[in-house]
Amino acid sequence: MEFQVPSLNLLIVLPVLIVTGWGMLLMLAEFFIPEEKKSWAPWLTMLGLVLALIQTIGLWGYNGGTFTPKGGAPMVVVDNFATFLNIIFLLTGILTVLISIHYLRRTGLDRPEYYMLLLFSVSGMMLMGMANDLILVFLALELLSIPLYILSGFAWPRPDSEESAMKYFLLGAFSSSIFVFGIALTYGSTGTTSLPLVLERISDAGMLGLVATAMLIVGFAFKVAAAPFHMWTPDVYEGAPTTVTAFMSVGAKVGGFAAMLRVFVAALPQLGEAWVPAVAGVATLTLIVGNVVAIVQPNIKRMLAYSSIAHAGYIMIAVAASVNSPDGVSAALFYMLAYLFTNLGAFAVVIALEHKQGEGVMLDDYKGLGKRRPWLALAMAYFMLSLTGVPPTGGFSGKFYVFRAAIEADLLWLAIVGVITSVISGYYYLRVVYLMYMYDGEGEVVANRALVWTVGLTALATLVLGLLPGPWFDMARDAALQTVQMVAGG
Amino acid sequence: MLTDWQFIALFVVLSPIFPAMPVIINHLLGPKKPNPIKQQTYECGIETVGDSWVQFKVQYYIYALVFVIFDIEAVFLFPIAAAYDQLGLFAVGAAVLFIFLLGDGLAYAWGRGVLEWV
Amino acid sequence: MPEVTIDWYVALSVILFSIGALGVLLRRNAIILFMSIEMMLNAANLAFVAFARHLGDLDGQVLVFFVITVAAAEVAVGLVLIVTIFRTKKSINIDEIHLMKG
Repeated sequence: MEFQVPSLNLLIVLPVLIVTGWGMLLMLAEFFIPEEKKSWAPWLTMLGLVLALIQTIGLWGYNGGTFTPKGGAPMVVVDNFATFLNIIFLLTGILTVLISIHYLRRTGLDRPEYYMLLLFSVSGMMLMGMANDLILVFLALELLSIPLYILSGFAWPRPDSEESAMKYFLLGAFSSSIFVFGIALTYGSTGTTSLPLVLERISDAGMLGLVATAMLIVGFAFKVAAAPFHMWTPDVYEGAPTTVTAFMSVGAKVGGFAAMLRVFVAALPQLGEAWVPAVAGVATLTLIVGNVVAIVQPNIKRMLAYSSIAHAGYIMIAVAASVNSPDGVSAALFYMLAYLFTNLGAFAVVIALEHKQGEGVMLDDYKGLGKRRPWLALAMAYFMLSLTGVPPTGGFSGKFYVFRAAIEADLLWLAIVGVITSVISGYYYLRVVYLMYMYDGEGEVVANRALVWTVGLTALATLVLGLLPGPWFDMARDAALQTVQMVAGG
Repeated sequence: MLTDWQFIALFVVLSPIFPAMPVIINHLLGPKKPNPIKQQTYECGIETVGDSWVQFKVQYYIYALVFVIFDIEAVFLFPIAAAYDQLGLFAVGAAVLFIFLLGDGLAYAWGRGVLEWV
Repeated sequence: MPEVTIDWYVALSVILFSIGALGVLLRRNAIILFMSIEMMLNAANLAFVAFARHLGDLDGQVLVFFVITVAAAEVAVGLVLIVTIFRTKKSINIDEIHLMKG
């Protein structure tokens, strides 16, 4: 057999290469940087992420693939969909570094591995959006998850952090093995794992193809924390260090949805009749469980965990709508962009209040924040309104586009479920606002400059997405069209 | 086809005989004069202390885990080794890059002191 | 002797996968959970190899390499977590790991 060199265009995967390479450099740099300059690690990380971000923005509008075997489809594609998502992931990384610096120092977790693992996880997320082959989706998923398992146990020997890592690991590995089996069945029924080829052949796959699709849904639902596969989320989010929780509540979720959209919309639209009702059902259950259970949580990290489950439900609505509505994918993308800023902003405030690890994370600690720290409280109130979906916030615009896409896709009932659960969610989000302004309370607040900057920037971004969603949604639409075109073109 | 299987069957039947033979011969020919001292559990010449089912300290486990990973990674070098004469410079580059990545991991483990007995 | 077709292999891999999945859901020892997860991954590997043979396509065998490697990485992380948790808890029974209630 003749060996064929695959066609390579490393320039277009440069952002991922930068992030991975930077992680490997940090791995070794640790031994060469003298002790008194160890505080450079976060800024070095930031430099790498910003370089990758600049590269990524330069790729906007590019549409092509690389790692193409002879006569096959590319393994990695770089289109606006991938670029848009990569921008989200890199911003998540940058903001996480900003909120981590001071938190890690005051909790004694300042080990250089933190940033290294963060970079590896970001590179996994980026590959999730670019993967055009199921096996690469699997590798990206693991590259995303394995560093997160370690990061959530980073506060060892604190038992809750260890427990969090253990639970995350066991359920994560369980879901990956279901996912791999789904890939194996897809391979068996179509003879390929390349998404464009799966698209061509899946319609003749029959029963095996349907079972494979179901297993892929389960695998993704675990990763994005959708009910009924959400059981791990609250415990993991509560036990992990708060910065890690912030990172995975955005990064891992968006990463899961990135690959889910690519796989289901670009490769399996012909099975839409089978998976759209399934995804819609999962979305409904997720919305109800997430929003109702969040009401009774006394711990803000647990509350935000259930809130993140609920938001997975809203994005699921967009996924379900993406086959029959041209705006489904772009609504999901826009929603994730708004969610990135709002959620990371809210977590930044949570970190400011968590003066010692595991202390200051109860809802009661928010009493009187309005008097103690008026600006921080104002920002938190704004984030809570955005998570609820009250205009003018990014959260409102996101929900608006998602529901509109659902109605366009003849899923009116799903949009109604979404609206009703949003109203329910107002109860627990606005309770935080109520506690901040209507009570008096004491408590230390540790807000250093990087944290204040993060809160300010995310609040500003949420406001911009709320007041002027149009141009950003057009951008998301540009990003989504590529995916749909790929469906049409095979 | 069937003869191949017959070979394996023959092998399965005959192979246990060889290790069993010395044991059996020993048993038949060796003198047996047991007494309580000879029956005692033998542990490097001194009397045993406590239960023999104890948990071992797992100080060196990270070394073992690092070994597992590097051992498995070698699987990616196997295809290159099996077909090196048909591959061009590209495969050499890929293999070198791959080994470099492994070396990076090894250097990290080394720097962390994983390779030393604590 | 009946001819061994692809269906046999798929059936075997489904059985292995189910045993693994049931193991994860029913057993309580972290190491055994872990072994069950490995079993599920290997069931997928068996399916990959069987399909590759059936389709006369080498890709499936290459995919197995990747799954094996990823499984090794998971083993490393998982065992470290188990050792760490054993040091604090002196137990790896996951029913005893319940600081937080969900």
